[in-house]
Amino acid sequence: MADHWQPGIDPSSVRYRSELLQSLRSFFQQRQVIEVDVPVLARSTVTDINIESINSVVSGNSGYLQTSPEYFMKRLLAAGSGDIFCLGKAFRDAESGRRHNPEFTLLEWYRCGWDEHQLMAEVAELISQLANVGADSQLAVTKLSYGECFKSVLGVDPHSVELAVLQKMAVDVSSESWAQESRANCLDLLFSLSVEPQLPNGLVFIYDYPACQAALAQLHLNVQGQSVSRRFEAFFNSMELANGYMELTDAAQQRQRLEKEVEQRSAQNKPAVVIDEKLMAALDSGLPPCAGVALGVDRLLMQLLGTDSIDQVMAFSWQRC
Amino acid sequence: MANYSTNEFRSGLKLMLDGDPCSILENEFVKPGKGQAFSRVKLRNLKSGRVLEKTFKSGESLEGADVIDMDMQYLYEDGDFWYFMEPDTFEQHQASEQAVGEALKWLREQDVCVVTLYNGAPLSVVPPNHVELEIVETDPGLRGDTAQGGSKPAKLVTGAVVKVPLFLDQGDVIKVDTRTGEYQGRVKE
Repeated sequence: MADHWQPGIDPSSVRYRSELLQSLRSFFQQRQVIEVDVPVLARSTVTDINIESINSVVSGNSGYLQTSPEYFMKRLLAAGSGDIFCLGKAFRDAESGRRHNPEFTLLEWYRCGWDEHQLMAEVAELISQLANVGADSQLAVTKLSYGECFKSVLGVDPHSVELAVLQKMAVDVSSESWAQESRANCLDLLFSLSVEPQLPNGLVFIYDYPACQAALAQLHLNVQGQSVSRRFEAFFNSMELANGYMELTDAAQQRQRLEKEVEQRSAQNKPAVVIDEKLMAALDSGLPPCAGVALGVDRLLMQLLGTDSIDQVMAFSWQRC
Repeated sequence: MANYSTNEFRSGLKLMLDGDPCSILENEFVKPGKGQAFSRVKLRNLKSGRVLEKTFKSGESLEGADVIDMDMQYLYEDGDFWYFMEPDTFEQHQASEQAVGEALKWLREQDVCVVTLYNGAPLSVVPPNHVELEIVETDPGLRGDTAQGGSKPAKLVTGAVVKVPLFLDQGDVIKVDTRTGEYQGRVKE
Protein backbone atom coordinates (compact mmCIF):
# COMPACT_ATOMS: atom_id res chain seq x y z
CA MET A 1 0.00 0.00 0.00
CA ALA A 2 1.31 3.39 -0.97
CA ASP A 3 0.49 4.92 2.40
CA HIS A 4 2.89 2.46 4.01
CA TRP A 5 6.04 4.17 2.76
CA GLN A 6 7.12 5.05 6.29
CA PRO A 7 9.23 2.73 8.44
CA GLY A 8 7.50 0.77 11.20
CA ILE A 9 10.15 1.63 13.76
CA ASP A 10 9.86 4.93 15.58
CA PRO A 11 12.71 7.30 14.54
CA SER A 12 13.91 7.49 18.14
CA SER A 13 14.20 3.70 18.25
CA VAL A 14 16.37 3.53 15.14
CA ARG A 15 19.34 4.64 17.25
CA TYR A 16 18.38 2.17 19.99
CA ARG A 17 18.38 -0.67 17.48
CA SER A 18 21.76 0.38 16.13
CA GLU A 19 23.23 0.57 19.64
CA LEU A 20 21.82 -2.82 20.49
CA LEU A 21 23.53 -4.43 17.49
CA GLN A 22 26.82 -2.82 18.55
CA SER A 23 26.34 -3.99 22.15
CA LEU A 24 25.78 -7.55 20.98
CA ARG A 25 28.97 -7.46 18.94
CA SER A 26 31.07 -5.98 21.72
CA PHE A 27 29.72 -8.53 24.24
CA PHE A 28 31.19 -11.33 22.14
CA GLN A 29 34.34 -9.44 21.20
CA GLN A 30 35.15 -9.05 24.89
CA ARG A 31 34.75 -12.80 25.29
CA GLN A 32 36.93 -13.72 22.32
CA VAL A 33 34.02 -15.15 20.36
CA ILE A 34 34.64 -14.52 16.65
CA GLU A 35 32.03 -13.04 14.38
CA VAL A 36 31.39 -15.07 11.23
CA ASP A 37 29.56 -13.96 8.18
CA VAL A 38 27.93 -16.96 6.50
CA PRO A 39 25.73 -17.13 3.39
CA VAL A 40 22.01 -16.44 3.57
CA LEU A 41 21.54 -17.93 0.11
CA ALA A 42 22.50 -21.57 -0.37
CA ARG A 43 21.88 -24.68 -2.47
CA SER A 44 20.37 -26.69 0.40
CA THR A 45 18.28 -26.05 3.45
CA VAL A 46 16.80 -27.59 6.61
CA THR A 47 14.44 -30.56 6.63
CA ASP A 48 12.52 -29.42 9.76
CA ILE A 49 8.87 -30.42 9.51
CA ASN A 50 7.63 -27.06 10.74
CA ILE A 51 10.07 -24.69 9.07
CA GLU A 52 9.58 -23.74 5.42
CA SER A 53 12.38 -22.13 3.43
CA ILE A 54 11.91 -19.44 0.83
CA ASN A 55 12.96 -20.71 -2.58
CA SER A 56 15.08 -18.81 -4.99
CA VAL A 57 16.59 -19.38 -8.42
CA VAL A 58 20.31 -18.77 -8.90
CA SER A 59 21.63 -19.00 -12.45
CA GLY A 60 18.88 -21.44 -13.25
CA ASN A 61 19.56 -23.61 -10.20
CA SER A 62 17.31 -23.75 -7.18
CA GLY A 63 18.51 -22.07 -4.03
CA TYR A 64 17.11 -21.33 -0.59
CA LEU A 65 17.23 -18.37 1.72
CA GLN A 66 18.60 -19.79 4.97
CA THR A 67 16.28 -20.29 7.94
CA SER A 68 19.26 -19.92 10.30
CA PRO A 69 23.07 -19.88 10.01
CA GLU A 70 23.28 -23.17 11.91
CA TYR A 71 24.53 -25.52 9.19
CA PHE A 72 27.22 -23.17 7.95
CA MET A 73 28.33 -22.46 11.50
CA LYS A 74 28.55 -26.17 12.27
CA ARG A 75 30.71 -26.65 9.18
CA LEU A 76 33.01 -23.89 10.48
CA LEU A 77 33.09 -25.53 13.92
CA ALA A 78 33.94 -28.89 12.36
CA ALA A 79 36.75 -27.13 10.48
CA GLY A 80 38.17 -25.90 13.78
CA SER A 81 36.89 -22.33 14.04
CA GLY A 82 36.50 -22.37 17.81
CA ASP A 83 33.85 -20.19 19.49
CA ILE A 84 31.85 -18.21 16.91
CA PHE A 85 28.81 -15.98 16.63
CA CYS A 86 26.75 -14.78 13.70
CA LEU A 87 24.50 -11.73 13.70
CA GLY A 88 22.50 -11.60 10.52
CA LYS A 89 19.30 -12.23 8.64
CA ALA A 90 17.30 -15.43 8.53
CA PHE A 91 14.19 -16.19 6.47
CA ARG A 92 11.18 -18.40 7.09
CA ASP A 93 8.25 -18.71 4.76
CA ALA A 94 4.63 -18.31 5.87
CA GLU A 95 5.57 -16.77 9.20
CA SER A 96 3.91 -13.45 9.61
CA GLY A 97 2.16 -11.97 12.59
CA ARG A 98 2.58 -9.88 15.69
CA ARG A 99 5.77 -11.77 16.64
CA HIS A 100 6.85 -13.03 13.22
CA ASN A 101 8.21 -11.60 10.02
CA PRO A 102 9.41 -13.74 7.07
CA GLU A 103 12.80 -11.97 7.28
CA PHE A 104 14.24 -11.40 10.73
CA THR A 105 17.49 -10.79 12.56
CA LEU A 106 19.00 -13.75 14.35
CA LEU A 107 21.92 -13.92 16.76
CA GLU A 108 23.41 -17.39 16.93
CA TRP A 109 26.49 -18.53 18.80
CA TYR A 110 28.41 -21.67 19.71
CA ARG A 111 30.63 -22.40 22.68
CA CYS A 112 33.06 -25.28 22.35
CA GLY A 113 33.40 -27.52 25.37
CA TRP A 114 30.41 -25.95 27.12
CA ASP A 115 27.14 -27.59 28.05
CA GLU A 116 23.64 -26.13 27.73
CA HIS A 117 23.55 -24.90 31.33
CA GLN A 118 26.75 -22.88 30.92
CA LEU A 119 25.27 -21.43 27.75
CA MET A 120 22.02 -20.51 29.52
CA ALA A 121 24.11 -18.63 32.08
CA GLU A 122 25.77 -16.69 29.27
CA VAL A 123 22.40 -15.86 27.69
CA ALA A 124 21.30 -14.54 31.09
CA GLU A 125 24.45 -12.38 31.39
CA LEU A 126 23.90 -10.96 27.92
CA ILE A 127 20.24 -10.12 28.51
CA SER A 128 20.93 -8.68 31.96
CA GLN A 129 23.54 -6.33 30.50
CA LEU A 130 21.23 -5.21 27.72
CA ALA A 131 18.17 -4.83 29.92
CA ASN A 132 20.32 -2.27 31.70
CA VAL A 133 18.73 -2.82 35.07
CA GLY A 134 20.28 -0.80 37.86
CA ALA A 135 22.62 -2.22 40.50
CA ASP A 136 19.79 -2.49 43.01
CA SER A 137 17.26 -4.16 40.70
CA GLN A 138 18.35 -7.29 38.89
CA LEU A 139 16.67 -8.90 35.92
CA ALA A 140 14.65 -11.81 37.27
CA VAL A 141 16.07 -15.07 35.91
CA THR A 142 14.22 -18.36 36.45
CA LYS A 143 15.25 -21.87 35.41
CA LEU A 144 12.71 -24.66 35.17
CA SER A 145 12.71 -28.06 33.55
CA TYR A 146 10.08 -28.53 30.84
CA GLY A 147 8.59 -31.42 32.82
CA GLU A 148 8.10 -29.59 36.11
CA CYS A 149 6.85 -26.47 34.38
CA PHE A 150 4.31 -28.33 32.21
CA LYS A 151 3.12 -30.44 35.12
CA SER A 152 2.66 -27.50 37.47
CA VAL A 153 0.27 -25.81 35.01
CA LEU A 154 -1.45 -28.75 33.32
CA GLY A 155 -1.20 -31.47 35.96
CA VAL A 156 0.34 -34.18 33.80
CA ASP A 157 3.90 -35.30 33.14
CA PRO A 158 4.59 -34.38 29.50
CA HIS A 159 7.23 -37.11 29.12
CA SER A 160 5.10 -40.03 30.27
CA VAL A 161 1.48 -39.04 29.61
CA GLU A 162 -0.30 -41.09 26.94
CA LEU A 163 -0.77 -39.50 23.54
CA ALA A 164 -4.56 -39.93 23.68
CA VAL A 165 -4.69 -37.87 26.87
CA LEU A 166 -2.57 -35.12 25.29
CA GLN A 167 -4.81 -35.08 22.21
CA LYS A 168 -7.90 -34.73 24.37
CA MET A 169 -6.27 -31.85 26.28
CA ALA A 170 -5.29 -30.22 22.98
CA VAL A 171 -8.86 -30.49 21.64
CA ASP A 172 -10.18 -28.95 24.85
CA VAL A 173 -8.05 -25.81 24.47
CA SER A 174 -8.44 -25.47 20.69
CA SER A 175 -10.70 -27.35 18.31
CA GLU A 176 -11.60 -30.86 17.11
CA SER A 177 -8.93 -30.71 14.44
CA TRP A 178 -6.25 -31.58 17.00
CA ALA A 179 -7.72 -35.01 17.81
CA GLN A 180 -5.17 -36.84 15.62
CA GLU A 181 -2.13 -34.62 16.09
CA SER A 182 1.34 -35.88 16.93
CA ARG A 183 2.77 -35.81 20.42
CA ALA A 184 5.15 -32.98 19.53
CA ASN A 185 2.37 -30.83 18.07
CA CYS A 186 0.02 -31.39 21.02
CA LEU A 187 2.80 -30.51 23.45
CA ASP A 188 3.64 -27.35 21.50
CA LEU A 189 0.01 -26.27 21.42
CA LEU A 190 -0.52 -26.86 25.14
CA PHE A 191 2.76 -25.21 26.05
CA SER A 192 2.01 -22.15 23.89
CA LEU A 193 -1.60 -21.68 24.95
CA SER A 194 -1.57 -22.78 28.56
CA VAL A 195 1.97 -22.73 29.97
CA GLU A 196 3.59 -19.70 28.28
CA PRO A 197 1.09 -17.16 29.64
CA GLN A 198 1.79 -18.49 33.17
CA LEU A 199 5.57 -18.09 32.98
CA PRO A 200 7.05 -15.60 35.44
CA ASN A 201 8.16 -12.21 34.13
CA GLY A 202 11.78 -11.56 33.29
CA LEU A 203 13.98 -14.19 31.71
CA VAL A 204 12.86 -17.81 32.01
CA PHE A 205 14.87 -20.82 30.85
CA ILE A 206 13.00 -24.03 30.14
CA TYR A 207 15.37 -26.99 29.74
CA ASP A 208 15.18 -30.75 29.17
CA TYR A 209 12.65 -30.57 26.35
CA PRO A 210 10.69 -33.71 25.43
CA ALA A 211 12.67 -36.28 23.45
CA CYS A 212 10.23 -35.94 20.53
CA GLN A 213 11.26 -32.27 20.22
CA ALA A 214 15.00 -32.87 20.34
CA ALA A 215 15.70 -31.37 16.88
CA LEU A 216 19.52 -31.17 16.80
CA ALA A 217 20.10 -31.66 20.52
CA GLN A 218 21.55 -34.63 22.33
CA LEU A 219 19.33 -36.89 24.43
CA HIS A 220 20.02 -37.78 28.04
CA LEU A 221 18.18 -39.04 31.11
CA ASN A 222 16.63 -36.48 33.44
CA VAL A 223 16.62 -36.81 37.24
CA GLN A 224 13.48 -39.00 37.01
CA GLY A 225 15.31 -41.31 34.60
CA GLN A 226 13.23 -40.28 31.59
CA SER A 227 14.77 -39.77 28.17
CA VAL A 228 14.68 -36.04 27.39
CA SER A 229 16.53 -33.76 25.02
CA ARG A 230 19.31 -31.40 26.04
CA ARG A 231 17.44 -28.55 24.43
CA PHE A 232 16.41 -25.31 26.12
CA GLU A 233 14.38 -22.29 25.27
CA ALA A 234 14.55 -18.82 26.77
CA PHE A 235 11.38 -16.78 27.30
CA PHE A 236 11.51 -13.07 28.00
CA ASN A 237 8.32 -11.81 29.65
CA SER A 238 6.51 -14.92 28.35
CA MET A 239 7.70 -14.44 24.78
CA GLU A 240 9.84 -17.13 23.14
CA LEU A 241 13.25 -15.53 22.63
CA ALA A 242 15.94 -18.17 22.11
CA ASN A 243 16.40 -21.86 21.42
CA GLY A 244 19.57 -23.74 22.35
CA TYR A 245 21.08 -27.21 22.33
CA MET A 246 23.79 -29.33 23.71
CA GLU A 247 24.61 -30.15 20.12
CA LEU A 248 24.24 -33.64 18.79
CA THR A 249 27.66 -34.63 17.41
CA ASP A 250 26.81 -38.24 16.50
CA ALA A 251 26.60 -38.13 12.71
CA ALA A 252 24.73 -41.44 12.36
CA GLN A 253 22.06 -40.41 14.85
CA GLN A 254 21.75 -37.02 13.17
CA ARG A 255 21.25 -38.65 9.78
CA GLN A 256 18.49 -40.85 11.19
CA ARG A 257 16.65 -37.81 12.52
CA LEU A 258 16.94 -35.90 9.26
CA GLU A 259 15.80 -38.94 7.25
CA LYS A 260 12.77 -39.24 9.49
CA GLU A 261 11.95 -35.59 8.82
CA VAL A 262 12.25 -36.14 5.08
CA GLU A 263 9.77 -39.05 5.38
CA GLN A 264 7.37 -36.99 7.51
CA ARG A 265 7.52 -34.18 4.96
CA SER A 266 6.53 -36.58 2.23
CA ALA A 267 3.72 -38.12 4.35
CA GLN A 268 2.32 -34.65 5.10
CA ASN A 269 2.58 -33.48 1.48
CA LYS A 270 5.06 -30.77 2.41
CA PRO A 271 7.67 -29.58 -0.08
CA ALA A 272 10.43 -32.17 -0.42
CA VAL A 273 13.85 -31.17 0.92
CA VAL A 274 17.08 -33.07 0.32
CA ILE A 275 19.41 -33.64 3.28
CA ASP A 276 22.36 -31.26 3.26
CA GLU A 277 25.21 -33.68 2.56
CA LYS A 278 27.85 -31.03 3.18
CA LEU A 279 26.58 -30.72 6.75
CA MET A 280 26.54 -34.50 7.09
CA ALA A 281 30.11 -34.73 5.81
CA ALA A 282 31.18 -32.10 8.33
CA LEU A 283 29.54 -34.10 11.15
CA ASP A 284 31.21 -37.26 9.84
CA SER A 285 34.58 -35.54 10.03
CA GLY A 286 33.77 -34.52 13.61
CA LEU A 287 31.88 -31.67 15.27
CA PRO A 288 33.64 -30.66 18.51
CA PRO A 289 31.51 -30.99 21.66
CA CYS A 290 29.67 -27.69 21.90
CA ALA A 291 26.50 -25.90 22.92
CA GLY A 292 24.75 -23.42 20.63
CA VAL A 293 21.85 -21.02 20.82
CA ALA A 294 19.88 -18.81 18.43
CA LEU A 295 18.19 -15.67 19.71
CA GLY A 296 15.61 -13.50 17.95
CA VAL A 297 17.02 -9.97 17.97
CA ASP A 298 13.78 -8.31 16.86
CA ARG A 299 11.90 -9.97 19.69
CA LEU A 300 14.59 -8.91 22.13
CA LEU A 301 14.03 -5.34 20.92
CA MET A 302 10.28 -5.75 21.34
CA GLN A 303 10.80 -6.58 25.01
CA LEU A 304 13.46 -3.92 25.63
CA LEU A 305 11.36 -1.23 23.95
CA GLY A 306 8.05 -2.55 25.26
CA THR A 307 6.33 -2.76 21.89
CA ASP A 308 3.49 -5.09 20.95
CA SER A 309 4.43 -5.78 17.38
CA ILE A 310 7.56 -6.83 15.52
CA ASP A 311 6.64 -4.25 12.89
CA GLN A 312 7.48 -1.54 15.44
CA VAL A 313 11.11 -2.63 15.87
CA MET A 314 11.99 -3.18 12.20
CA ALA A 315 12.64 -0.52 9.62
CA PHE A 316 10.39 -2.24 7.10
CA SER A 317 8.48 -5.39 7.96
CA TRP A 318 7.08 -7.47 5.12
CA GLN A 319 3.82 -5.54 5.01
CA ARG A 320 5.84 -2.38 4.25
CA CYS A 321 8.24 -3.91 1.75
CA MET B 1 -19.18 -20.16 -0.64
CA ALA B 2 -15.42 -20.14 -0.96
CA ASN B 3 -13.20 -21.66 1.69
CA TYR B 4 -10.73 -19.50 3.54
CA SER B 5 -7.36 -20.77 4.75
CA THR B 6 -5.90 -19.55 8.06
CA ASN B 7 -3.44 -17.33 6.20
CA GLU B 8 -6.41 -15.40 4.77
CA PHE B 9 -7.98 -14.92 8.20
CA ARG B 10 -8.35 -11.25 9.10
CA SER B 11 -10.71 -9.27 11.25
CA GLY B 12 -14.10 -8.79 9.66
CA LEU B 13 -13.98 -12.05 7.66
CA LYS B 14 -17.26 -13.98 7.96
CA LEU B 15 -16.97 -17.75 8.36
CA MET B 16 -19.18 -20.73 9.14
CA LEU B 17 -18.33 -22.43 12.43
CA ASP B 18 -20.38 -25.33 13.80
CA GLY B 19 -23.22 -24.35 11.48
CA ASP B 20 -23.41 -20.72 12.56
CA PRO B 21 -22.13 -17.61 10.77
CA CYS B 22 -19.31 -15.94 12.67
CA SER B 23 -17.23 -12.83 12.20
CA ILE B 24 -13.50 -12.78 13.01
CA LEU B 25 -12.67 -10.15 15.64
CA GLU B 26 -8.96 -10.96 16.08
CA ASN B 27 -6.55 -13.40 14.48
CA GLU B 28 -3.17 -14.10 16.03
CA PHE B 29 -0.46 -16.12 14.30
CA VAL B 30 1.30 -18.33 16.86
CA LYS B 31 4.32 -20.48 16.13
CA PRO B 32 6.87 -21.97 18.47
CA GLY B 33 10.27 -21.75 16.74
CA LYS B 34 10.48 -25.46 15.98
CA GLY B 35 6.79 -26.22 16.25
CA GLN B 36 3.59 -26.33 14.29
CA ALA B 37 2.09 -22.94 13.42
CA PHE B 38 -1.45 -22.16 14.38
CA SER B 39 -3.99 -19.38 14.34
CA ARG B 40 -5.65 -18.26 17.50
CA VAL B 41 -8.91 -16.68 16.48
CA LYS B 42 -11.48 -14.68 18.40
CA LEU B 43 -14.87 -14.80 16.68
CA ARG B 44 -18.32 -13.43 17.26
CA ASN B 45 -21.21 -15.77 16.59
CA LEU B 46 -23.47 -13.52 14.53
CA LYS B 47 -26.62 -15.36 15.60
CA SER B 48 -26.10 -15.40 19.35
CA GLY B 49 -23.68 -12.49 19.64
CA ARG B 50 -21.41 -14.67 21.79
CA VAL B 51 -17.67 -14.26 21.48
CA LEU B 52 -15.64 -17.46 21.30
CA GLU B 53 -11.98 -18.41 20.90
CA LYS B 54 -10.76 -21.18 18.63
CA THR B 55 -7.32 -22.39 17.61
CA PHE B 56 -6.74 -23.77 14.12
CA LYS B 57 -3.69 -25.37 12.60
CA SER B 58 -2.06 -23.25 9.92
CA GLY B 59 -3.37 -24.28 6.54
CA GLU B 60 -6.75 -25.43 7.84
CA SER B 61 -9.64 -23.78 6.10
CA LEU B 62 -13.21 -22.87 6.95
CA GLU B 63 -16.19 -22.24 4.72
CA GLY B 64 -17.04 -18.61 4.16
CA ALA B 65 -20.42 -17.46 5.45
CA ASP B 66 -22.88 -15.86 3.04
CA VAL B 67 -23.09 -12.77 5.16
CA ILE B 68 -23.15 -9.20 3.90
CA ASP B 69 -23.68 -5.89 5.61
CA MET B 70 -25.91 -3.51 3.71
CA ASP B 71 -27.23 0.00 4.32
CA MET B 72 -31.02 -0.13 4.30
CA GLN B 73 -33.80 2.27 5.09
CA TYR B 74 -36.17 1.31 7.87
CA LEU B 75 -39.77 1.52 6.60
CA TYR B 76 -42.31 0.33 9.16
CA GLU B 77 -43.34 -2.55 11.40
CA ASP B 78 -46.56 -4.55 11.38
CA GLY B 79 -46.41 -6.07 14.84
CA ASP B 80 -44.67 -9.25 13.67
CA PHE B 81 -41.89 -7.98 11.44
CA TRP B 82 -39.83 -4.89 10.82
CA TYR B 83 -39.39 -3.90 7.18
CA PHE B 84 -36.23 -2.55 5.59
CA MET B 85 -35.58 -1.46 2.00
CA GLU B 86 -32.45 -1.52 -0.14
CA PRO B 87 -32.14 2.07 -1.38
CA ASP B 88 -30.91 1.11 -4.86
CA THR B 89 -33.23 -1.71 -5.80
CA PHE B 90 -36.16 -0.86 -3.50
CA GLU B 91 -36.14 -4.52 -2.54
CA GLN B 92 -37.74 -5.03 0.85
CA HIS B 93 -36.64 -7.37 3.63
CA GLN B 94 -38.58 -8.39 6.70
CA ALA B 95 -36.62 -8.76 9.93
CA SER B 96 -37.79 -10.76 12.94
CA GLU B 97 -37.82 -9.30 16.44
CA GLN B 98 -34.75 -11.41 17.24
CA ALA B 99 -32.87 -9.95 14.28
CA VAL B 100 -33.83 -6.38 15.15
CA GLY B 101 -32.88 -6.98 18.79
CA GLU B 102 -31.61 -3.97 20.69
CA ALA B 103 -31.92 -1.76 17.60
CA LEU B 104 -35.66 -1.79 18.22
CA LYS B 105 -35.61 1.06 20.69
CA TRP B 106 -33.83 3.45 18.30
CA LEU B 107 -35.62 2.75 15.02
CA ARG B 108 -37.33 5.68 13.40
CA GLU B 109 -38.92 5.41 10.00
CA GLN B 110 -36.68 6.60 7.14
CA ASP B 111 -33.47 6.13 9.15
CA VAL B 112 -30.70 4.22 7.39
CA CYS B 113 -29.46 1.20 9.33
CA VAL B 114 -26.84 -1.47 8.65
CA VAL B 115 -28.70 -4.73 8.05
CA THR B 116 -26.65 -7.92 8.08
CA LEU B 117 -28.04 -10.46 5.65
CA TYR B 118 -27.30 -14.17 6.13
CA ASN B 119 -28.27 -16.31 3.16
CA GLY B 120 -30.32 -13.33 2.02
CA ALA B 121 -32.35 -12.87 5.24
CA PRO B 122 -31.79 -10.22 7.92
CA LEU B 123 -29.68 -11.62 10.75
CA SER B 124 -29.08 -8.44 12.72
CA VAL B 125 -29.69 -4.72 12.53
CA VAL B 126 -27.38 -1.94 13.67
CA PRO B 127 -29.03 1.47 14.02
CA PRO B 128 -27.21 4.66 12.98
CA ASN B 129 -24.55 5.65 15.55
CA HIS B 130 -26.45 8.86 16.27
CA VAL B 131 -30.20 9.36 16.14
CA GLU B 132 -32.35 12.43 16.74
CA LEU B 133 -35.50 11.60 18.67
CA GLU B 134 -38.29 13.55 20.38
CA ILE B 135 -38.91 13.34 24.11
CA VAL B 136 -42.48 12.18 24.71
CA GLU B 137 -42.42 11.87 28.48
CA THR B 138 -40.29 13.44 31.22
CA ASP B 139 -40.61 15.50 34.39
CA PRO B 140 -41.19 19.20 33.70
CA GLY B 141 -38.05 21.09 32.79
CA LEU B 142 -36.30 23.29 35.33
CA ARG B 143 -35.50 26.44 33.38
CA GLY B 144 -32.41 28.33 34.41
CA ASP B 145 -30.88 25.18 35.81
CA THR B 146 -28.66 24.59 32.82
CA ALA B 147 -25.47 25.09 34.75
CA GLN B 148 -26.30 22.58 37.43
CA GLY B 149 -25.45 18.94 37.04
CA GLY B 150 -28.02 16.25 37.52
CA SER B 151 -30.19 14.31 35.17
CA LYS B 152 -33.59 12.69 34.87
CA PRO B 153 -35.04 9.90 32.76
CA ALA B 154 -36.80 10.83 29.53
CA LYS B 155 -38.86 8.53 27.35
CA LEU B 156 -38.32 9.00 23.62
CA VAL B 157 -40.76 8.58 20.79
CA THR B 158 -39.29 5.15 19.96
CA GLY B 159 -39.75 3.92 23.52
CA ALA B 160 -36.12 4.20 24.61
CA VAL B 161 -35.47 5.81 27.98
CA VAL B 162 -32.32 7.91 28.30
CA LYS B 163 -30.89 10.16 30.99
CA VAL B 164 -31.14 13.82 30.03
CA PRO B 165 -30.24 17.12 31.74
CA LEU B 166 -32.89 18.64 33.98
CA PHE B 167 -33.73 21.60 31.71
CA LEU B 168 -35.17 19.51 28.88
CA ASP B 169 -38.90 19.17 28.30
CA GLN B 170 -41.41 17.02 26.57
CA GLY B 171 -41.35 17.92 22.86
CA ASP B 172 -37.63 18.65 22.79
CA VAL B 173 -35.63 16.75 20.21
CA ILE B 174 -32.35 15.29 21.39
CA LYS B 175 -29.38 13.56 19.81
CA VAL B 176 -28.44 10.17 21.29
CA ASP B 177 -25.46 7.88 20.73
CA THR B 178 -27.07 4.48 20.11
CA ARG B 179 -23.88 2.58 20.96
CA THR B 180 -23.85 3.85 24.53
CA GLY B 181 -27.44 5.03 24.91
CA GLU B 182 -26.09 8.38 26.08
CA TYR B 183 -27.56 11.82 25.54
CA GLN B 184 -25.37 13.90 23.22
CA GLY B 185 -27.16 17.23 23.03
CA ARG B 186 -30.35 19.06 22.26
CA VAL B 187 -31.25 19.55 18.61
CA LYS B 188 -32.43 23.07 17.87
CA GLU B 189 -35.49 22.94 15.63
